[in-house]
Amino acid sequence: MLLKELSEAFGVSGHEGAVRQLILDAIKDLVDEHHVDALGNLIALKKGSSKTHRKVMVAAHMDEVGLMIMYIEKEGSLRFRPVGGIDDRVLLSKKVLISDNKVPGVIGVKPIHLLEPKARQQVMRVQEMSIDIGASSKEEAERLVKIGDYAAFDTSFSQVSGEWRTVKGKAFDDRAGCAVLIELLQESYPFDFYAAFTVQEEVGLRGARVAAYSIAPDVAFALEGTICDDLPKKRDASPTTALGAGPAITIMDRSVIADRRLVDLLVDTAQKHGIPYQFKQPGLGGTDAGAIHLSREGVPSAVVAVPSRYIHSPVCLLSLNDLDNTVRLMRESLAKVQELNLSH
Amino acid sequence: MQIKEFLKKLSEASGVSGYEASVRELAREEFSQYADEMRVDTMGNLIALKCGEAAQEVPRRSIMLAGHMDEIGLLVTKLEKGFLRFATVGGFDLRVLLGQEVVVHGRRELPGIISTRPPHVLTTEEREQVVPLDKLFIDVGLPEDELGKLVRVGDVITLHRQFTELTANLVAGKAFDDRAAVVCMASCLQHLASMKHTWDVYAVATVQEEVGLKGALTSTFGIAPDIGIAIDVGHGNMLGVPEVDTVNVGGGPAIGFGPNIHPLMYSRLVETAKAYEIPYQPDPIPGHSGTDAWAMQVTREGIPTALVSIPLRYMHTSVETLSLKDLERVGRLLSLFIASLNEAFAKELGLSNIPT
Repeated sequence: MLLKELSEAFGVSGHEGAVRQLILDAIKDLVDEHHVDALGNLIALKKGSSKTHRKVMVAAHMDEVGLMIMYIEKEGSLRFRPVGGIDDRVLLSKKVLISDNKVPGVIGVKPIHLLEPKARQQVMRVQEMSIDIGASSKEEAERLVKIGDYAAFDTSFSQVSGEWRTVKGKAFDDRAGCAVLIELLQESYPFDFYAAFTVQEEVGLRGARVAAYSIAPDVAFALEGTICDDLPKKRDASPTTALGAGPAITIMDRSVIADRRLVDLLVDTAQKHGIPYQFKQPGLGGTDAGAIHLSREGVPSAVVAVPSRYIHSPVCLLSLNDLDNTVRLMRESLAKVQELNLSH
Repeated sequence: MQIKEFLKKLSEASGVSGYEASVRELAREEFSQYADEMRVDTMGNLIALKCGEAAQEVPRRSIMLAGHMDEIGLLVTKLEKGFLRFATVGGFDLRVLLGQEVVVHGRRELPGIISTRPPHVLTTEEREQVVPLDKLFIDVGLPEDELGKLVRVGDVITLHRQFTELTANLVAGKAFDDRAAVVCMASCLQHLASMKHTWDVYAVATVQEEVGLKGALTSTFGIAPDIGIAIDVGHGNMLGVPEVDTVNVGGGPAIGFGPNIHPLMYSRLVETAKAYEIPYQPDPIPGHSGTDAWAMQVTREGIPTALVSIPLRYMHTSVETLSLKDLERVGRLLSLFIASLNEAFAKELGLSNIPT
């Protein structure tokens, strides 16, 4: 399954090459043109069948959150910092792979036996943590890693199955979006379909910004693997999204107020075709649409996402039903996008 | 037996305290190649006897080796809206549980994840807090009704971690505490197969150590050995922990001394290590060793007991780290110690005459 390969590929922000190559191999026979721009975005064009046509950009980011090696201690341990938003608390007792050489390392912690009871109640900061690769000196460590190397969580993809057809793996934010976008390229469209596999979303929507500038689209969609927060809670506030409830349509997040006409198109399409959908609870998270909708003179933009539990942690979980329904919803909506009146 | 392969197999097997059966089968398979007799006692301890080479009619003295095969783990306490609440079995630092992969041993084995909330939804205050047990859930990715058919309260849960080779002969994984000792005992038996020893050797893979040294208590009573050695893991050197609290990973067996250890057992182990140029580390333990040795020592009328520890970092996490070299050395040290046992040493220890 392509999602497995995408999930297991190493692509921390700024170092997306392996993911890009994987995607390129998957799409090169499906598109008319493709190129890699100055920042590393992979931009592919599938030309439209009609004479007068819009340019529609669909973006998914290739990068994932991860770590960067900052310093090597004389005892051979590696100090690191997060790349992108990671809660310090999810890092302890995890395995990582460092650089394209995939040097294995573990993030250890002082054993509970040696902790003062008070220390057990204190969150350990990333500044206090280190990665152990087995080296017992700086020199030994330097034979395998160097300062500036990226590290990613080592998590294998697997099927959990059940009614939801659940799978688990890392980096579903946003390899799930990449998988949907690749799938969409199987179809033909009346408009010029620009597929942008972007870089550096997790450190500030950097890739999407320049990709949108160069494409100069009339309409844009960002595809995401987005937040679920559907655990049982004392105060039963609504979850951001819920697993198994269908693609999540964004009304508004931290980065964008989605274009209402596109939101309506998505909702009408879902209802017409009986595709389950949900709204992402407004206000949380940012996506490539945040950069795209402000490109040049502005671009009507929307976001559709596959709900994924535990994003930005070593292991996430999503429902393949949700993923398939996201593909369906996008495919059916794109079929109508040419007819949409986009003048105010 | 290949040390690395056997450790990998044991580490990736599941055996939470009280539920050690599958680990026991792996240990049985290995021990039985060198043992004269095998049995499992009432509590579930696996006991392998390798007889000493004295004339058949002469009663023989015996030494018991103990290494525990149980691991710390989790237990389902409640099913709630499609998620599982759980309790801990053994001593966990809750801080290491977030975002861990687990296996829920329900009607079938279900891969699961210990829930985390995405940083996007957390307040600064929430990120400053260690998540308490009542806010942790396990997710196996099934809808509520499906979950109810496959999991029930009381099902055990193990952490999931594949065995990993680091550089310089170091390896990382879960449950090296104390499966590494099971490997060392197998290695010791393997060495003894080509050595001469006059004392009987009981190699015991004990149960329920993590919840109170329970298997060692009953198996030592049942065997009633003349002397005993517990093999466990000791805190290895790591960044941020004072050297006084640790021994060096890769520095050789740590030989314990203190109230839990018979001084002559300690000095004999040290002499053996010196004689055969096995690197070792003295390991002062001022009181409770927290190992099977604590239970062995006060069994019946009292048993001269020693403790040999394998240096190990990040104890009770899923990334416990140790050196394969140390395992090899522990196995060799134990076998050489056993081969050296004689009646003179028994006299030194003040053991009563062998009943005839």
